[in-house]
Formats: sequence, structure tokens, C-alpha cells
Amino acid sequence: MAILELSGVSKSFGRGERRTCVLREIDLAIAEGEFLAIVGFSGSGKTTLINLIAGLARPDGGSIRLDGREVDGPGPDRGLVFQNYSLLPWLTVEENIALAVDNVFPGWPRERRRELIGRHLDLVHLGPARHKLPRQLSGGMRQRVAVARALAMNPRILLLDEPLGALDALTRGALQDEIERIWEAERKTVVLITNDVDEALLLADRVIPLSPGPEARLGPPVPVALPRPRDRRELNHDPEFKRLRAAITGWLLDAGAVRKVAVGPRPLPRLLTAA
Amino acid sequence: MTAPARLVSLLETLGLTPVVPLVRLCLGEDPREQLALLVNLVGLPVLGGTLFLLFWAAVAGGVKTSIGSVPGPAQVWRQAVGLFREHQAEREHEREFYARQTLIRARYEKAFPGRAWPAHKYSGAPTYVDQIETSLETVFAGFVLASLIAVPVGVFCGLSKGFYNAVNPFVQIFRPVSPLAWLPIVMILVSALYGSASSGLPKAFVSSAITVALCSLWPTLINTAIGVGSIDHDHLNVARVLRLPLGVRLRKIVLPSALPYIFTGLRLSLGVGWMVLIAAEMLAQNPGLGKFVWDMFQNGSSDTLALIMVAVFTIGIIGFALDRMMLVLQRLVSYDRAAVR
Repeated sequence: MAILELSGVSKSFGRGERRTCVLREIDLAIAEGEFLAIVGFSGSGKTTLINLIAGLARPDGGSIRLDGREVDGPGPDRGLVFQNYSLLPWLTVEENIALAVDNVFPGWPRERRRELIGRHLDLVHLGPARHKLPRQLSGGMRQRVAVARALAMNPRILLLDEPLGALDALTRGALQDEIERIWEAERKTVVLITNDVDEALLLADRVIPLSPGPEARLGPPVPVALPRPRDRRELNHDPEFKRLRAAITGWLLDAGAVRKVAVGPRPLPRLLTAA
Repeated sequence: MTAPARLVSLLETLGLTPVVPLVRLCLGEDPREQLALLVNLVGLPVLGGTLFLLFWAAVAGGVKTSIGSVPGPAQVWRQAVGLFREHQAEREHEREFYARQTLIRARYEKAFPGRAWPAHKYSGAPTYVDQIETSLETVFAGFVLASLIAVPVGVFCGLSKGFYNAVNPFVQIFRPVSPLAWLPIVMILVSALYGSASSGLPKAFVSSAITVALCSLWPTLINTAIGVGSIDHDHLNVARVLRLPLGVRLRKIVLPSALPYIFTGLRLSLGVGWMVLIAAEMLAQNPGLGKFVWDMFQNGSSDTLALIMVAVFTIGIIGFALDRMMLVLQRLVSYDRAAVR
């Protein structure tokens, strides 16, 4: 059964003539324990989509259900990792995570909460940096704190909004491996938003391209059956990986080209069915 | 951080930047660079001050007024020393008074056993130093009152656009009002509401403090509102995702984020308050520096101008010291300088 279900979700911004439809009629179902990646160009409405799931924005139409219940606002059952980390700069690494833990599990005894914080610091290998302030950390370390904070809330689903977008290529690779390791260990349901097709294929069970907005729509889902753990060096020579990458990139580029030519809303050609 | 680096950063936090090159020089850092800095940070201000004093001394004697010629720096200095001597003499009197009283009390209690001793308080005129103390107490009372009103109101203004729109007209209209316009209203209201009871604080003190508060709360209010209003949207989203209750949200997110702005406001407020205080004290006859200036003016003696100039320098130096104090506080509480602590 699907843990998260979106049906006919639309979202527009602005009013009157200025009104632009960012997302139109999005349907999506995510299974328990699944790692789903949504890939799209910058500005295609990816962040809007994740904000809708997180409950930070409300859809104009359609419904979003988590465990069958309508999402009507943000909550700790959806652990959101923000694009720019969103750590509180006046709190140490440990205090940032504690802020989440203390508010999500107020009934727990102190010891148990400390233990939970410690365990998640260890999970992202940040135990030694626990008393540092975010500005004393590198970008990669900050994002690991943000991941630890989101996981420590024990959410039903983990939402990653371009978590590695602001990092350099090497750090990015290292963190991708780390995310995969954490996912293997925790087996959370994950929705990853990214603009990097390789990243999506490396991490996800299923990749869905998002056509460029306005009026962004989800493309055909691409199941990724590559065996885990996936090694990026081997993967680069894997024919299946290459085929999937070509298919997704092709669909995105074609969708972008159509977008430029199209004046009004026009159905996109289903290119992938041929592949 | 090494110990010397820690010392340097501590000095910088305390606003003692001119001392830094001297410390670095003692630590054996590049002498040429540090000497150049020393000339800039210490030499030039000293030079400027000296030139000012020389100009003042040269010009002052030439200006004749109804109460004698304008005093030069030397005369002003003499008056300052005189005021301090007077203070010391007064304190000496006070000590003698209480010493005598203890002796008399012993004899009284011997002569009339069982009767309570009617203790007398020393009732000498307040000295210049007492007046400075009164002024400081008054400005702090007003400043604390202003902060207690301005910070919460500012926080609400920052959190709620509606509240801000409701409050903004009053803020804009009352902000430019001179203390001299407020004071009569405040004095009448204090007389009516504070009661005639001589217990507690004197009316003049209360009126002056409230006037200071009325004039100085605006910078804090406005800065707090701006600080709270400009909180990083993502930080508020974190609060929403965690469903933080209002108290925690204020304590962990809103206030720390707005603290640098709030302290900028407080610093401006204290500056305004100190400036306003002198005028308020003059009219309310609160026995502080303002009253001192007014009394000297009414005196019209040949020392008047020199005495008032002493007050001018005192007011200036204390104002500067207060500002520095707030600056240090501001640096200590700002999260972006937290490591300097």
C-alpha cells in the first residue's frame, strides 16, 4: 500500500493575469520503504512539489495523503531536509538536533532523548563536531547535520530537497554514498528532489522526471533495478545505467524543447515508451 | 585559538582597538606595521584633540559676555577639579556627621534607656558626583522602562503584519516629539496618579524617567520589529515542520535571530535617552546633571560658563561610555560573534 499518495495536485502562484500555474494535475504514489527520486531542471517546480508534500504550502486542487490521512500542514512525520540546510546558526550541532528531538518526543525521559541525539550524530559521523556551531562546519558537514536532524524526528518519510545542490562535486559524491548507506541502515521511505540524473540513478529505486514549469508535469516513472550497493565507478560503465540515463536525459531535453515551442498547454510526446 | 590571539580578539570585542597594536608590538609582531597602526589609532586622535584645545584656548579669552569672558580649557579643568574637591569635602562632612551622631546616640541611650533614638539623616546638598549618579539612575530607570515596553511590542510588530499596521501610525507620530513637549503632560499625570506620598521615588525622578522612556523607546521598537520581521524564512519553516509551540519558537528562533537588531535598537535608545535626560531634568528639577546646568545658568556667576562646560564634557564622556558599553553587549550577544566570547 502506498504510504504517500498525491492525486490531481495543482499549484499556482499570483493572481489574475499574473497567475502562473507551477504544477498541474500531479499524480504520484510512493510505496513504504521506497527511495524515489524526482529529477528536473531548475525552476521546474520541484521545490514547490516538496513544499506541498511537507505541508509548507497548500495545493490549489487535488489531495495529498500520508498513510491515508489528508496532509493539512507541516509536521515532524515528514522529515524535510532543506536545500540550504536551515540550521539555526546560534545553536550548536547537538542543540540543533536536540531542538527537533525535544519537541517531537517531549514525553521521553531526558536520557532517552540524549541517546537518540547521540545515535544520529554517530550515524552521520559528526560525534566529534557536536559542540561546534554551523558556521564552523563545511557545507557537506552542515548538510549531514540537517539529515541527522530530519532522521532523528523518526519521520514516516524523509524529504530531501536538492540536499547536495550547493556542494562541490567531490563532497557531493561522498555525501551521495553516505545517503545510500544511511538509507540501507534505516530503510526509510525517501523522496529525493534533484537536478542530477546520475545522483537519482545512483540512489533511487524509481526515478520520475519532472517537465520544466510552468505547468510542470511528471513524466513516466523509470524503475531502477541496478543492484545495491551501487558503486559510482562501476556504474559509469554499466550498460543498463547508461540506457536509463540516456532515456531520462532525453525525455527531459525533449520536454524542455517542446516547452519552448509550445504556446499553449500541449500534451508531451511519450518518448520513453519507445525505449 | 592561542592565548595572544584570544587577548587581541577580547580587546577588539571590548572596543579597545587602539590598544591592540600596542599588544601586538609587545608580542613581537611586525613592528613597522604595528607602529603605523599605532600612529593612526592613537597618534591622530591625540593630535586632533590637542589642536582643538589650542584653538579653544586661543579663541576663548577674546569673547566677552555679560558674565565675563568665555573660559579656556585651563579654567574649565580648574572648575572640574574644584567640583571634585567639593564632593570630597562634602563626603568628609557626612562622615563626621554620622560619627558625631553615633557618639550622641550612645550618650542618649545611656541617659534615656528604653527610648528609641530618633536617627537623623545627613541633609547636605547633592554634590556634582551625586548629581551624576542621579542622572545615571534616572536614565537607566527610563531605559529599562522603555525596553520593557519596546521589545515585546516590537516582537509583536515583527510577527504580525496586522499588528504592525495598527501600531505604526502612533509610532510615526510620537517618534519625533520632543521631550520638552512630553514633560509637562508627564509631570501633571505623575502628580495626579503617582500620589503625593513622599514614600518611594521622588516625583521629579519619576517624571524624568518616564519622559526618557517615552522618547527613547522608538529606536528599540522599530529595530526589534525589523529584526523579527526579517528572520530567515527557512528558520521559520523549521519551526513549522517541528510544530514548535509559540514560547519555544520565540526563545529558540525569533529572539536569537533578532538579537543583533534588538541590541542595535537598545544602543540607539540609550543614546537618545541620555540626550533627552538633560532637558527633562532641567524642567522637572530632578537633581541630576540637567538641574546642575540649569542651576548654574540661573546662578550667573563668573564661573557659570566654565561649570556648564564641565557638565558638557561630563555628559559627553558618559554618553560615549554608555554607547561603548552597549556596543560590547551587542557584540557579546550576537550569534555571529559568539566565538569571541
